[in-house]
Amino acid sequence: MQTEPGDPPGSGNSGESPSGPLAIEARGLVKRFDGTLAVDGVDLSVPEGSIYGILGPNGAGKTTTLRMLLGIIDPDEGFRRVLGHERPHDVARLIGYLPEERGLYPSMKAYEAIAFMGALRGLQLKLGRERGRELLETHGLGHAAERQIRQLSKGMAQTVQLLGTLVHKPQLVVLDEPFSGLDALNQGKLERMIRGLAEEGTTVIFSTHVIAHAERLCERIAIIAGGRVPFAGRVDTARDRIPPQVRLETRAQQGPWRGALPADARREGSFWHFSLPESGIEPLLRALIEGEAGILSLSIERAGLHDAFIAIAGEAAARALGTEAGEGEQA
Amino acid sequence: MSAAGRAEGRLSLRQAAYVIARRDFTAILFSRTFIFFLLGPLFPLIVGALAGGIGQQVAAEGGAPQIGVAMEGPRADAMLAAHAHLAPELGSALPDMIELKRLAPGESYNARRVLDERRGNLAAIVTGTPERPVLTGTEERIAHWQGPVALVAAQALRRMPTDFPEVALEKVATSGAKERSGRMSTAQAGQTLLFLLIMLLAGMVLSNLVEEKGNKIIEVLAAAIPMDAVFLGKLFAMLAVSMVGIAAWASVIGGLILLAGPAGPLGAQLQDLPTPGVGWPLFILLGVVYFAMGYLLLGSIFLAIGSMAATVREVQTLSMPVTMLQLLVFFFSSFALTQTGRPIELAAIAFPLSSPFAMLGRAATDEALWPHALALAWQVLAVAVFIRLGAALFRKRVMKSGPQGARKRRGLIALLKAQRDGP
Repeated sequence: MQTEPGDPPGSGNSGESPSGPLAIEARGLVKRFDGTLAVDGVDLSVPEGSIYGILGPNGAGKTTTLRMLLGIIDPDEGFRRVLGHERPHDVARLIGYLPEERGLYPSMKAYEAIAFMGALRGLQLKLGRERGRELLETHGLGHAAERQIRQLSKGMAQTVQLLGTLVHKPQLVVLDEPFSGLDALNQGKLERMIRGLAEEGTTVIFSTHVIAHAERLCERIAIIAGGRVPFAGRVDTARDRIPPQVRLETRAQQGPWRGALPADARREGSFWHFSLPESGIEPLLRALIEGEAGILSLSIERAGLHDAFIAIAGEAAARALGTEAGEGEQA
Repeated sequence: MSAAGRAEGRLSLRQAAYVIARRDFTAILFSRTFIFFLLGPLFPLIVGALAGGIGQQVAAEGGAPQIGVAMEGPRADAMLAAHAHLAPELGSALPDMIELKRLAPGESYNARRVLDERRGNLAAIVTGTPERPVLTGTEERIAHWQGPVALVAAQALRRMPTDFPEVALEKVATSGAKERSGRMSTAQAGQTLLFLLIMLLAGMVLSNLVEEKGNKIIEVLAAAIPMDAVFLGKLFAMLAVSMVGIAAWASVIGGLILLAGPAGPLGAQLQDLPTPGVGWPLFILLGVVYFAMGYLLLGSIFLAIGSMAATVREVQTLSMPVTMLQLLVFFFSSFALTQTGRPIELAAIAFPLSSPFAMLGRAATDEALWPHALALAWQVLAVAVFIRLGAALFRKRVMKSGPQGARKRRGLIALLKAQRDGP
């Protein structure tokens, strides 16, 4: 199957398409490794200047998708356009990439490593060295500029690589699992850095298996599970897939008002939990008051991204995601 | 996309290859690896010298093979006297002769049984009489000594002149025979040096790539520049490193000659070296060019192998057949030296991997230059094809053989185990 630009997105991908210019557009990307389908018809539309998250458990196809978008590997089927170009290497100077498996030359000095990564993207070595020192200074690693990579801690080396990803001032930054291996403090720093990039107009796309990062940072996400994208669109739209959740506490346990509760209402302790009915909260409120239920508390909460993820990708994917996130946090 | 737009958006293949080559070149030049590379040629020299010395000592201690004489007393005396008379004239062409047993008249002697006892350095036994000598020994010994023994017997019977005219000796520096033999030695030495250097370098470029895969840098490179550029950069960086190494060696040797002067021992030895067919300057130049060709051909193969391997062990497994093949190619080229103008030599020249070796051999033994022009054109073509194929394989395989591949294989093994064990 050869998908062309402008084709409608895949059937499972029901998020609305962004209207502005796109930094990345992909339609029907397919990749097989030795006959195994790793990515099966991925559609993505990443608006320019946005922070875009690709969310999914390990093995879902996130890294393969990113590699295809960057031209590291070519898709077997489908179409991709990155910064207006169908061959990502043609705009390599405008892209910064932090792979999941971090890699630096152990014998290189920190500022040299940054300069080298810039040189790969067309930055003059001299300028790269100057910027490398500046970036290290700005991010509190000025003292490590002359140290060899092998002499740095894992977190410091990871920061050096991230700075190398940014040294040539790219228009598009692609980060594969950027938070993995970072402690809470450095995760916070990275979140601030990503927000800062977006404020400067840089498009940031990152993959993660930690929902909280995507929820805090992204305007738009794509959920990947089993090589497919069942959802791609605004985070709010994903949440709206699930009706708001109502939590009700009453003084009375029984009464005619019980008949007004929705069918999915379940009792946990003294609380009732149920989805907000399509007719709204008013008819229920009326029934509760007239039936003298004695309302002690009533809250309507919008669904979280985690619940949306379960609804979209399924319990199994959510469980896998939860396990990995837990493992990641423990690590 | 327009060419201008492309130039703005990405590095050209040449620029990208230069970035990789510059990094690799400086990294290797200032590493311990380069020291090993510089010292590398010393090891075979030291091993060769040690082996030669030990061999000489063993040969000296083992002693020369001897012919035993077992004849009746006066006949044995006549044979030994004849040997003593001829030995100063014939030198090493005449084997040592010792008295084994003085036989009584009519006494028989079983030479086969004595030789079966494997005494000392006894290699053959002469029995019978000088008129009818019988030489007993292994096939190659009796074939070799048949003539000398007949000569000694003839002398014992006084059928030869007793006085030999003195031959006046006039030395010349060389002759056709000596020059040919010397040029063959130069060709063999050149081929051996070429082989050692190429194998050393190809191994270095391979371990450099494996290290890079181990460091996970390869994905950073693959995302930024075409894989062809990584391939070319690595290949030519190592070539440049080797040129620095060769220049360093040439400087050291040149410096030593200058220090010692042309009359010094090293200078004198070098002056005694037979001039190669194409002359020394051209021979050295061709040596460097053929080295570059040979390295680029083998380096392309090794880099392609490196792209397929995930671990050092896999690299060793995959590169072993190529190393063996290259060893065979080296022996083939050495053999082709003795087959000048025959189909075997032409085959060695035509086969890309043996062509640089065969042609260096030819440069040492033959004056003609046009075959080098033809062979170099052919080798350049082969290098282009090898690099193209190697880079294509590298591009296709290098991102599929990392730790993820290993994880997948482990996953497959786990799946197979689960299938076997059942639910």
